[in-house]
Amino acid sequence: MAKEINETMNWKELTPGGTIYTAGNAENFNTGDWRVNKPIFKEDKCIQCLLCAPVCPDTSIPVKDGKRLEFDYDHCKGCAICAEVCPVDAIEMIPEGQDE
Amino acid sequence: MSIREKLSGNEAAATALRQMNPDVMAAFPITPSTEIPQYFSKYVSDGRVDTEFVPVESEHSAMSACIGSQAAGARTVTATSANGLALMVEELYIASSSRLPIILSVVNRALSGPININADHSDSMGARDAGWIQLYSEDNQEAYDNLIQAVRIGEHKDVQLPVMVCQDGFITSHAIENIKLEEDEDVKEFVGTYKAEEHLINKGNPIAMGPYDTADYYMEHKYQQNRAMENAKKVIEEVAAEFKEMTGREYGFFETYELEDADYALVLINSAAGTAKETIDKMRAEGKKVGLLKIRVFRPFNRDRLVELLKDVKYVAAMDRSETFSTSGGPVYHETAAALYPETTRPEIISYMYGLGGRDVTIESIESVFNDLMEIEETGEVGERYRYLSLRE
Repeated sequence: MAKEINETMNWKELTPGGTIYTAGNAENFNTGDWRVNKPIFKEDKCIQCLLCAPVCPDTSIPVKDGKRLEFDYDHCKGCAICAEVCPVDAIEMIPEGQDE
Repeated sequence: MSIREKLSGNEAAATALRQMNPDVMAAFPITPSTEIPQYFSKYVSDGRVDTEFVPVESEHSAMSACIGSQAAGARTVTATSANGLALMVEELYIASSSRLPIILSVVNRALSGPININADHSDSMGARDAGWIQLYSEDNQEAYDNLIQAVRIGEHKDVQLPVMVCQDGFITSHAIENIKLEEDEDVKEFVGTYKAEEHLINKGNPIAMGPYDTADYYMEHKYQQNRAMENAKKVIEEVAAEFKEMTGREYGFFETYELEDADYALVLINSAAGTAKETIDKMRAEGKKVGLLKIRVFRPFNRDRLVELLKDVKYVAAMDRSETFSTSGGPVYHETAAALYPETTRPEIISYMYGLGGRDVTIESIESVFNDLMEIEETGEVGERYRYLSLRE
């Protein structure tokens, strides 16, 4: 029963006890929706030193071809560790919902 | 063919567990259920079962080990009492929400304090909302029979819920009475082999059990448990019918005794039913229309059947052996009263707290309850609705 679980499914469609029948599906769930503060990536200031990506507890900073990309906001919890380690202030924390 | 024996309630329970030959038993000793794992560990040492016996350091660990074991796909059992059951409580909820049909043999004892080791239902009543099916047993025979049926009820694919089978501490657990046992082979065939719908040790199909459940899912999963409890009603009856075919012994949600034309009835659970039946025989001989409704299945609670059985009774005493400190009766009273409330005609119900911490329940004390009900009818006055039986005042 390797099928997707989502919040539109009714009680009959969900697996008993919430058992998950497929592996590696955490990325299908939006767990970033309770973030209080949001990191903003200032690409013009970024020197691509890549100190930020490995400290993210939730792999919310995707890296491709040696360069970090935009945040994965579906999974970022707003912990601000990345902003703390950034040596060039290329990550700014703002309250969730506030205009960037 | 049944075998005639003489066993204590604890040995009867241990025998039922031996005959179902579980894959795992994880248990920690506590009075008065200590003998159950004690007898069982001897069966293990003697090679009479194939069970892996896990001696743990606490009841919290016992239930945790049971959860891991059952989740791995193994038929798992345990036993406990009182404070031991209280220590299991948070794990009980995880077992039921993970839909793991673990079997727990409970020997009812007062949940301290003050510290007390005697019969009282505060332990299992404290766990009544944990999502477990609860079967109660009047004597050693019922403790044995209920355990055997519990396996089939809990493991049924429409149910998949853990089951606790309760019997009274000392009064039942340590009293040696006649019992009819079934042949090992017959019990083995009756319970069958456990085949989990989904389980963790399954190389070809890795799964995750007990994941975090966000607000988007939690209510749906609780309703699934609710429906499983509803499904259990049908399964309990089906299993009882099959059990009767094998043994000739009949089980339902309730047992009635002289209830059909009764004007005055008791509602209670476990061993006090025996004393109540003796009292009823005595009072019936005096021409008094008294009867008993004994609850065997407390979870799920079969409200409709209870109403059917009590609708023509005039006065009911709902008897609780567990204080809830609501100051308005205990769980047996609450369930009975709530079940009857929607009916336009319903009996008058009085709540009695009795037998706490092993306080003796005698024919005289039960007779006084019936006499109280008759007095209410005569005087037309209910008086105190929430009463303590055999309390020194």
